[in-house]
Order: sequence, then structure tokens, then C-alpha cells
Amino acid sequence: MINKILVAAGIAALVSVPLWLDNSYLLHVLVITGIFIIAAMSLNLLLGYAGQLSLGHVAFFGIGAYASALVSLGFSIHITPQWVMTVEKNPVWLAMLAGILAAGACGWFIGRVAFKVRGAYFVIVSISFAEVVRLVALNWVELTQGPMALNNIPPLAFNSFVFLKKPENYWLILTVAVVCYILIRRLVNSRAGRAMVALRENEALAASVGIDVTRYLVLSTVVSAAMAGAAGALYAHYVRIVDPDIFLFVYTVTMVIMVVTGGKGTLAGPVVGGLIFGLLPEGLRAFALPPEAQWIAYGVLMVLVVYFLPQGIVPAFRNLFQSKKIA
Amino acid sequence: MDQFLQHCLNALMLGGTYALLGIGLTLIFGIMRVVNFTHGELYAFGAYMMYMLVMLTGANFFVALALAIALGVALGAVLEFVLLRRLHSADIDTTMLVMIGAWIALQNAEQLLWSGVAKSIDNPFPSAPLVIGVVSVAWNRVFVFVTAIFLVGVTYVLINHTKLGKAMRATFQDRDTAALMGVRIGNIHTATFALGSGLAAAAGALLGPVFVAYPSMGDLAAAKAFAIVILGGLGSIGGATLGGFILALAEELGAGYVSSGYRDAMGFLLIIVILLFKPTGLFARKERIG
Repeated sequence: MINKILVAAGIAALVSVPLWLDNSYLLHVLVITGIFIIAAMSLNLLLGYAGQLSLGHVAFFGIGAYASALVSLGFSIHITPQWVMTVEKNPVWLAMLAGILAAGACGWFIGRVAFKVRGAYFVIVSISFAEVVRLVALNWVELTQGPMALNNIPPLAFNSFVFLKKPENYWLILTVAVVCYILIRRLVNSRAGRAMVALRENEALAASVGIDVTRYLVLSTVVSAAMAGAAGALYAHYVRIVDPDIFLFVYTVTMVIMVVTGGKGTLAGPVVGGLIFGLLPEGLRAFALPPEAQWIAYGVLMVLVVYFLPQGIVPAFRNLFQSKKIA
Repeated sequence: MDQFLQHCLNALMLGGTYALLGIGLTLIFGIMRVVNFTHGELYAFGAYMMYMLVMLTGANFFVALALAIALGVALGAVLEFVLLRRLHSADIDTTMLVMIGAWIALQNAEQLLWSGVAKSIDNPFPSAPLVIGVVSVAWNRVFVFVTAIFLVGVTYVLINHTKLGKAMRATFQDRDTAALMGVRIGNIHTATFALGSGLAAAAGALLGPVFVAYPSMGDLAAAKAFAIVILGGLGSIGGATLGGFILALAEELGAGYVSSGYRDAMGFLLIIVILLFKPTGLFARKERIG
């Protein structure tokens, strides 16, 4: 009961932010942080629950962004010199669905291919996948405009209501984040979620009690990729410009840091980690450090977190709370 | 046909440095079970040391090369001692995260120290290329190739014919048994990391004067080292050597006959194809396969 009141109060506090925060830059930071929290939650499903460290997660984010932007802008490509495939402009909500589907489909493909291997091999395959996608985005100029970037991406709109200003985008991101949170909670508490955790803990044992290893790993990759694609689609139509730099490895690292710092395999972990690492650069900016020094602080902090809070912040707090209750 | 021969020669020249990069990474993975994300930064460190020594202090090119490699070895030993010594029994994900943190910090330290502007480094070789029949190659590339092959040879001898190498191989086969036989695992780890780092710094110190030194140069080098190691199988030195040449050939032919924009994608495509048909890599021990 107390928990429910706390959750309701927390959500009400988050919803009320644009009403009293009159600083559009800070609101922008919050929107971007929210988008990354959604991406981090999707990564947590794969990293925290299924136990697979995917370092190519940004690929799904970027594919969602590019697919959604392209379907909303319309494009035409030569499949053969004579045969041209043309897609007309589409409404943004339809484009976003296309982005989610495209990312999910890539997740299925990568899941089928990459889960032939585990551990360090899987990590490197996932990095390779993201790099190939980045190079395609850079070089397939006819489709992606390459380094010239996709410009003038339309914002999300329903009839005459356009998500153009910061407050409505903030509420949009908050809504999607809450929906994703609920989806992940339902999934990990289901039979499929228990199967994933069993695979993480002991794959051989899980397989011996009849859990279809590949099926559940691929399932978690598809859901995770689709959710990252949704975050990417939201990003594309909020920032309204997408270039190949969206695939940079740094963004994957940011997501991983968020999940690990918050606590992998916990529902609240990516949210806590996402808030810290989303807002931290702004806090560091107050010290007027050069950006390189900020990044150095970022790297050092990451090492320290692994040393001193290997389970992440959320489990550490939970332990603290529980040990006090016993005493 | 002439063009094809030229591509093959270029690949051979490039393959030597790729092999250096790959061997360093595969040693560290095989013996320490650490996926070393700082590998590319050691490569950049080697190039920057050449820049500091040759361009700023005016040291002799060959002396500078030897010093740059020695400094790479020292930096590797320090990194291992500070970051990894305490994480011996940690799982692979934990050490990987620590190495990612170190990678971010190192790369930005390079950018802070030497700015983002690319630095060129002078070399003492004649600029006229060496012409052999229908193909030609620059003298500095010949030097890079010969030095790289020499260092690969030194590494082979070190691993296969010295007491330290024997201890390393024992640790690679079975860490616990090696420890029971009196091998000091901690020191072996430091030595391995220092050796691997030294090889990466050597690759950077050799290629820095051929191209230019810039802070993010390590990223592509690290990505290629990963590709090479996957090709050869994690932990296999012979595999990494051959993998280096295969990757160089794939890149040269890809750039020559497909599109130069996709040059750097070749390695990754190769990884995906290899893993589809032979997930262990070309030479790996059977393990870690799902």
C-alpha cells in the first residue's frame, strides 16, 4: 500500500515537471535522458535478465531512428539500375511503427546468427554488427544521405496536434517509458522471463529441464531490439536530424554504464543509472571543465562503480535497507 | 592482373602490423581471460610517443621506435597492476567494463594532452618507391613490414622457448594447476599484459609515421584487432598471425574491387561469415560455443 502511494507520488512528481520547470534547456536534457533510459531498459532485458552482454545495442537504436525517419520522409532507391523502389511520405506514427518493426526484425536476425556463440565471442559479434550498420549508413548515400544526414524530419503529429514543443515531448517520452517499464515487468515475471533468468544462471541446467535456449535468447533480443528501436524513433522525431554518428560505440557504452551503475537485472536499475548518467554531464559542466576532462571523469567513475558497487546502486540500497530492518 | 598483384603486395605489407595487433590482443585474452578494450589506446600511445620523441625532442627515428615500444610495455604493466590485479577471480563482464572505463579515460587524456589535431611524424626513408617488376611499394612500408615480422618472430620465441613463455602457456592451459606448480599467476598476468600492450604500441609506433597520429586512431585499430582475433580464434597466436594477413587481403580486395567506403566493413563482414560457418574461428580450442 505504501509502495503504491510512493509510486503514484513519484509519477505525479515526474508528470508535473514541465509545469514548474521554466528552463527549456533543462527540459531538453530531461527528454534526451528519458530516451536513453528507454534504451537502457531495453538493454537491461538482454544484459540483466538474459545475461548476454550486447555491445552493439546502439545499432537497434539507430536502425529505429533511420527507419522511422526514412518512412516519414519517403525515399526511393535503385535495387537494380532499372528497378526503383519508392516509398511515399507516411504519417509519423506509422513511420515509428515501421522503425520498431525494422529494429525488431534486425534483432531476430542477429539473435539467430549471434547466439551460435557466447561470452567474449558474442560481445565482439555484437560490436561488429553495429560497426557494419554504421558504415552502411555512412556509405549508402542514396538511402541515408550519408554524412549529409537526414534533415527536416517531421515531428510526431495526430490530426492538428503536433509534438513540437519541449513539454509535450517530455510527456510523450515519459508515457512511453512507463509503458516500456510495465511491459518489461510483465515479461520478466512471466514464464518466458523466468526461462531467461534460468539461462543466465546456468545455461546447461536450464537446457536440461527443457528450456529452448535459442528460442528464449532470440525472444529477448527481439523485444529488446524493438524497444531500443522505439527509443531511436522517438529520438529521430524529437531531434529531427539523424546522421551516421548515431551509431557511435560511445552511445552503447553510455547505455551499458547506465544499466550496470543502476543495477543490471533489476527493474529500477536502468532508470536510476539513466538519471545519474543523463544528468551528470550537466552537473560536470557547472565546473567548467573541458569536455575531455568530463569524459575522463566518466571513465574513472565507471571503473570505481565496478570496484565498489559491482551489483549496482539499486541492489546496494536494497541490501542496506534490508539489513537495517533486521537490526 | 598487375592490379591484383599490387593489391596482394599491399595486403602483405599491411598484414604484418595487423598480425602484431592481433597477437597482442589474443595473448591477453587467452592467458588472462580479459577482453582488452584499451588495446587501441596503446596503439595510439605508441604513435604519440613517436611524435613526442621524433618531432619534439628530435631523437633518432630508430632509437625513438625502441623507446616507444618500451614505454608501451611499461604503460601496459602499470595498467594491469592498477586495474586488473584486484579482479583476478572476477567474471569476464566485470573486467570488460573496467577496461571500457579505462579506454574512455585514456582516449580523452590523449585528446587533452595532444589536442584533436592530427600529427604527422617524419621518417628517414627515401620517398621514391621500391619497384619490383609490375608492382611497387614505399620504402617505409617495407621497413614496417620487416620490423613487424621480426617482432612477431620474437614473440614466438618468447612464448615457445623461454621459461616465462612456458609459464604463460601453462597459465593458458590451466590456471589453477599452473598456480599449484608454483607459477606466480599475478606476475604472469602483468607480463602478458605488458607484452600484449608493447606489441600494440609497436604497431602504432610503426604505422604512426606512415599515416598520422590522432586521438581516436585507436578505435579502428582495436576494432580490427578484434576482427583478427575472431578470425583466428581467441587465444591462438598462429591464428592471429594468419588472421592479420587474411583481414588485410580482404580489405585490400574489398577496397579495390567493391568500394573504398566499405574497406573498414570487410573485417566485420568476415567475422559474421566466419561465425556463421565456423564459429570457433579458424584455429581455436573448442570452448565457449553455444
